[in-house]
Amino acid sequence: MPATDLKNKTLDWLDERTGWRMVRDLADHKVVPIHAGTAWYYFGGITLFLLGIQVITGVLLLLYYRPSVAEAFDSVRFIMTRVQFGWLIRSIHSWSANLLILAAFVHMFSVVFTHAYRRPRELTWLTGIALLGLMLGFGFSGYLLPWNQISYFATKVGTDMAASVPIAGPAAARFLRGGEEVGAATLTRFFAFHVMILPLITLGLVGLHLLLVQKHGMSTPSGVSPSQLAHMKFFPNFFLRELVIWYGVLAVLGTLAAIFPWELGLKADPFASAPAGIRPEWYFLAQFYTLKLIPSHVWFFEGELLGLLGFGLLAAGWVALPFWATGRNGEHRARLVTAVGVFLICYLATFTILGYLK
Amino acid sequence: MRAPAILFFLYWSLSGASAADSCVTCHSAMEEGTKGPATLIKNDVHIAHGLSCADCHGGDRSSDDPTIAMSKAKGFKGKPARTAIPRFCASCHANPDIMRKFAPAERVDQYELYQTSVHGKRLAAGDTNVATCIDCHSVHDIRAVKDGMSPVHPLHVAETCSRCHSDKLKMAPYKIPTNQFEEYRTSVHWEAMTKRGDLSAPSCASCHGNHGAKPPQVESVAAVCGTCHVLFEALYDKSAHKAVFSGGCIVCHSNHAIHQPSTAMLVGPDAVCSECHEAGTAPAQTAAQLAAWIDGLDRALKQSETVLTRAEEYGMEVSEAQVRLIDGRENLVKSRLALHAIDPGEMRKPIDAGMAIAKETLAAGQAALREKDFRRWGLAVSVILIGIAILAIRFLIRRIEARP
Repeated sequence: MPATDLKNKTLDWLDERTGWRMVRDLADHKVVPIHAGTAWYYFGGITLFLLGIQVITGVLLLLYYRPSVAEAFDSVRFIMTRVQFGWLIRSIHSWSANLLILAAFVHMFSVVFTHAYRRPRELTWLTGIALLGLMLGFGFSGYLLPWNQISYFATKVGTDMAASVPIAGPAAARFLRGGEEVGAATLTRFFAFHVMILPLITLGLVGLHLLLVQKHGMSTPSGVSPSQLAHMKFFPNFFLRELVIWYGVLAVLGTLAAIFPWELGLKADPFASAPAGIRPEWYFLAQFYTLKLIPSHVWFFEGELLGLLGFGLLAAGWVALPFWATGRNGEHRARLVTAVGVFLICYLATFTILGYLK
Repeated sequence: MRAPAILFFLYWSLSGASAADSCVTCHSAMEEGTKGPATLIKNDVHIAHGLSCADCHGGDRSSDDPTIAMSKAKGFKGKPARTAIPRFCASCHANPDIMRKFAPAERVDQYELYQTSVHGKRLAAGDTNVATCIDCHSVHDIRAVKDGMSPVHPLHVAETCSRCHSDKLKMAPYKIPTNQFEEYRTSVHWEAMTKRGDLSAPSCASCHGNHGAKPPQVESVAAVCGTCHVLFEALYDKSAHKAVFSGGCIVCHSNHAIHQPSTAMLVGPDAVCSECHEAGTAPAQTAAQLAAWIDGLDRALKQSETVLTRAEEYGMEVSEAQVRLIDGRENLVKSRLALHAIDPGEMRKPIDAGMAIAKETLAAGQAALREKDFRRWGLAVSVILIGIAILAIRFLIRRIEARP
């Protein structure tokens, strides 16, 4: 039997059982509109690529990491010093976690400024925001896992903030810590969140998000019909361009990991005093600095509580953006959304820099 | 009818509370020169414990009439004579029943000790120039020893002693030196006390005693130093020097001006060994050998530290080696300690252990620096490969898009 016949028969056999040609046809027909904002489309792919790196490096770290108070720090040190390329895996995991959150933020704001959240993409927006929340959750839970001095006290401060929220706060903080204080139970709990609970939810949400993107296609700028625009094929044209960018991101990651390997610090000592100038990771810094600026009491309210309530309302408003961005008569409040987006970027950038400098 | 009664009760209770101590009231109203005690007592530890002037000086503090308040019939003792001061204070401080009420943990043998001291003996012989309780503890503004403002707080003891002992005029009749404080201020003990805030560092009273103050005799100096430097004393006792030097530690280290010891004490122009052992003799050669070992270990550890610091600055994880280096430094301390036995065999052990650690940590540091270079080269190669891959993809895109 000629080789081409054997190949075709095998592919037919596979198609009959898996329907893979349907996926190929979908990919064949998927197109990407070409316009001034096409470059912003790449950020979704960059975020997905970094998430993939997180999964691969995370699984490799799991081969040596031991989630107990007695062993966590030493096992990370073992990874950094004794395991072949362990330093590279851990440094890439930590750096890509940060770049992932940065890419997710850029992706979110690109959606805001290109108004890609409009009907019928409300659910795409909601799943995207939920994924950003999950990424922040990954950051918060993963930060504690090396069980070093900075991460221990940052978790203490973070869970204390959660505890100050009225009604559900104390119970939520107890649930997160597995007790009244950050300790052995917190470490195992955060480990479970980081490697099992959050990844499972993320897997489902990423699938849904991609499905919705596939269903609705790429969004085009408001006021421009997709038929008025030129298009390029997703496979291979857009995908190859995306691949170039992924390679670039990989080079950046490798450079960061080789020149600035992720620090390990000192082993956590619950009886030591908190290190001077302790602050959370950069993506929580703006909120942290804002809470620091709020007086301890504002009128009848506790300052921190008021700040947290403010953030809660802001987050709720941001999540609901596709709904308030459209008026009762169906008109699109594009200017308002752009203004809110610019304000939010200015606030986050300014307060993050101030929080870093102060 | 009820209102005036209440007002009278209020006036009586308030005025009663504020005008209870006529000593303070009257002395506060006196001229500058005589009202001193009344203004000083606000900081006094006795007042803080609820005592008053009359508890020491006698008299009736409840009377506004000076003739009654300071009458002998009311037990007024007035200002005690200088020679009577220790007994005056001891009337309470040597009485356990009284002291238990105010400071149960306080010792009550100060007066007894004072009488055995040079100060106490001279006072008993009628010399009123010597120190009594008030010269060290102050008078009327006496603070607790743990109070940082107290003249007998560990931080101030040396200065307080120096008020008399650095006074050439005052010390002339006794024919004793007056440069002790000046010398002490150049010592490691003073540095530990004042610069590092180590209140356990010795000052005058730690070696000379406080209430039973007397100079340590020549043969007891090593024992005095040995109360803190226990291991040094034990090794010194094993050495050949023990039988030769009655002065013990001070022969090499001095007494008040105890400086940071270094190998310059063993070899070189300022070597204390050379004061007894001529250059070229076997003991002088041994001293030079011991100094060379210590300096060699010190240099080796410093070299390891420099390399590890460089590796750390490049972001390399070298904490294990840095912890190991602490063990190396401990061996350096042990070798300096072992020196006091003047036994090269004993000293070789920590030197060898320290050198092994220095070698091991240096190797770890150098390996970290090599690893750093390897990473940089690896990065360069990876970036070049990534660049080639990017160019290849760009070429592929062009080729695909060039197709009709």
